[in-house]
Amino acid sequence: MNPVLEKTWRDPPGVVGMLSSINHKTIALRYLITAFAFFVLAGLAAALMRLQLAKPENTLVGPDLYNQLFTMHGTTMMFLFAVPVLLAMGVYLVPLMVGARSIAFPRMNAFSYWVFLAGGVMLWVAFFFDAGADTGWFSYPPLAGPEHSPGKRVDFWAQMITFSELSALLVAIEIIATVFKMRAPGMTLSRMPLFVWAMLVTAFMVLFAMPAVMFASSALIMDRLVGTHFYNYAEGGDPVLWQHLFWFFGHPEVYLIFIPGLGFISAIIATFARRPIYGYPAMVLALIATAFLGFGLWVHHMFAAQLPELGKSFFTAASMLIALPTAIQIFCWIATLWTGRIELRTPLLYVLAFFFILVAGGLTGIVVASVPLDLQLHDTYFVVAHLHYVLIGGAVFPLFGAWFYWFPKFTGRMMNERLGKWQFWLFFVGFNVAFFPMHQLGMEGMPRRVYTYGEAMGWGTLNFVATVGAVTIALSMLLFVINVFTSYRRGVPAAENPWRAATLEWAVASPPPAYNFDRQPVVRSREPLWELKDEIAENVSGLAEKSREVLITTVVDAFPDHRLPFPKPTIWPFVSAMAVTALFIGSIFTPWAVLWGAIPLAIAVTLWFWPKAEETKENLALEKRP
Amino acid sequence: MSLDVSNLPSYRYGHHSLMWWGMMGLIAIEGTVFVMTVMAYFYLWSQAQSWPLSAAPPDLLWGTLNLLVLLASIYPNHWTKRVAEHGDERKMRIGLVVCGVFGLVLLAIRALEFTTLNVRWDTNAYGSVVWVLLGLHTVHLATDVYDTLALAALMFTGPQEGRRHVDVAENAMYWYFVVYSWIPIYAVLYWMPRLA
Repeated sequence: MNPVLEKTWRDPPGVVGMLSSINHKTIALRYLITAFAFFVLAGLAAALMRLQLAKPENTLVGPDLYNQLFTMHGTTMMFLFAVPVLLAMGVYLVPLMVGARSIAFPRMNAFSYWVFLAGGVMLWVAFFFDAGADTGWFSYPPLAGPEHSPGKRVDFWAQMITFSELSALLVAIEIIATVFKMRAPGMTLSRMPLFVWAMLVTAFMVLFAMPAVMFASSALIMDRLVGTHFYNYAEGGDPVLWQHLFWFFGHPEVYLIFIPGLGFISAIIATFARRPIYGYPAMVLALIATAFLGFGLWVHHMFAAQLPELGKSFFTAASMLIALPTAIQIFCWIATLWTGRIELRTPLLYVLAFFFILVAGGLTGIVVASVPLDLQLHDTYFVVAHLHYVLIGGAVFPLFGAWFYWFPKFTGRMMNERLGKWQFWLFFVGFNVAFFPMHQLGMEGMPRRVYTYGEAMGWGTLNFVATVGAVTIALSMLLFVINVFTSYRRGVPAAENPWRAATLEWAVASPPPAYNFDRQPVVRSREPLWELKDEIAENVSGLAEKSREVLITTVVDAFPDHRLPFPKPTIWPFVSAMAVTALFIGSIFTPWAVLWGAIPLAIAVTLWFWPKAEETKENLALEKRP
Repeated sequence: MSLDVSNLPSYRYGHHSLMWWGMMGLIAIEGTVFVMTVMAYFYLWSQAQSWPLSAAPPDLLWGTLNLLVLLASIYPNHWTKRVAEHGDERKMRIGLVVCGVFGLVLLAIRALEFTTLNVRWDTNAYGSVVWVLLGLHTVHLATDVYDTLALAALMFTGPQEGRRHVDVAENAMYWYFVVYSWIPIYAVLYWMPRLA
């Protein structure tokens, strides 16, 4: 511990200090905890739906509440859990893995968190006041338009999109800038950990995918509130425009949830197979290829809409094509495991489950990528099964593995292995019991998003089985929460590198000090900690300790380029986020809120950027002209 | 062993700087929003029997004048960027004020432009996409005018750190984006309906 650096970099104490925090680790943990709380809420919504469907003609939940439940479940899982939780892992780990003192634009990072929190809270508060969104997580017009969904429900939904996408876009910029400009000297692009590559690719996908949905949802809310006609067929608009815009975002969304998972897997497999990942260049190229192809698949969600047949064939081919980069990665991981010395700890169990579940989800993906089969299965439980196999297998299982793997770094304590394994098996079995029968239900014609079904349909048994699976998943989550709490309080203390891993986050104390690295390392290989038995051979010296100074390096080769003073904690990002919140929520009630709300926002943002005279003086003293 | 970095400069311009990368990220995001809106314009056109839908194309005068003034504003911005790169705060003040005045004139022309679109946002889908496209560009215009004036005010309280000079240089970069994005948007709004 370096007390001078700690004093320079730590967040201020007290309530105001809490609202002013900008340390990337503090913000990331807030993101993780908040996203997990949304995960629990969305999970409870799912549990209610499963209880309702457990037997035919059940009356536990009525149709109106059921519509809200499935909309809140999907919306929360996609927008308020999956994307933020994965980006948050990047916010915590990327600066540590590249050997930096901070994330780039730390105040913007704090701002993004408050915006995300406000958007999510708004959506759920609306739900508890019976104004929960009820048109599905992709809210197609005309159903979501002003005529068929009067009231404020869809407006809250559309504004939640604006909140959550704004926050994700800002985080994407921070991650890109951190990866490109703040890597430790010597960490060339070809020495970057695969997890960092995964987060970089994800951030680029966010940059180009999310603007589409922000435009789409803004157009929807304008149709609803100020009388535009983007999706109104009667006045020259077109509901299918929504589908194109939504899925132009929505398909890349699947991959930008999936790709961080691939990064977790590469980190975990390398550590527990005790060797570098086989085929590093192929792995990196596969990630990039997945990102590109991910933008060329959106129409496969629209096979049931009236579109040219030739176009559909193109999208079928593209959908099949994306199996290739995924397969390359899976074979590289198998090769790594095959030739390594395996330690079967809980994180690795989750990764092995990924192979099983994701491959099953990929196989049903081939089924629904084919137009004639898709027309048969569209909007049935087959699709529900497919998407949960892909998303839970592809992202949630690796995420739990990652949580077990990095928990010691976050808290300084190990998770309990025994509870972890129990939770794993309950989750794995419960997941398959819940979702596997849905394939069959879909093929038997059970449509998704119905609040009940008649006894004569014969779907009762399989639905009951699925509900038993859902309850098992809920139990496994309960075990997880117990494990987190007890391990946080009484877990075995973790040293710097409890798994004997190779990447730089394990070179610092657990939990890391506010300044991350006493001295930034100089990197000479892809596995810096495996070279000299946990010793860092060379360090960076000459950075100021009494003011926040970071080293900026060049994009490709990570040569030292300049020293840059970094901003201190301040409350203005929080105030700005509250001004944005007032503007967004106000605009649901009157369009004038956009104009009047801009004034406090402009003031807050200006004060945020306005330098303090003493800080300027301090930095001018250290300044060196280029 | 240690790598001494104490002799490195404490700020640098252009793509060396963190600010440049942040700005490029914003430009990528906002450029994508423009592209999406233009795509929506052509998509709606492709679904229509005639275009523009029961409205005359927007009058050329104000939009074209806006284009010319925007193109002319490149020069003071370029000059400001150059003096920022030399770290000359006195000239930066002059440059930023001139750029800010250009911006205010442009906003005034833009206000007039909205009055001669010959369609309202709630008339039909054509009107909606025209207003949103012009509105989006106006938001960028207004934001950068505000940024420019705020930076000018900051420079009057100088001397400032060198990295604020980088901010001034990058502000000019963002202005180029506002100018260059207007060229295709102008072509779409004013000339596409005339070609139809």
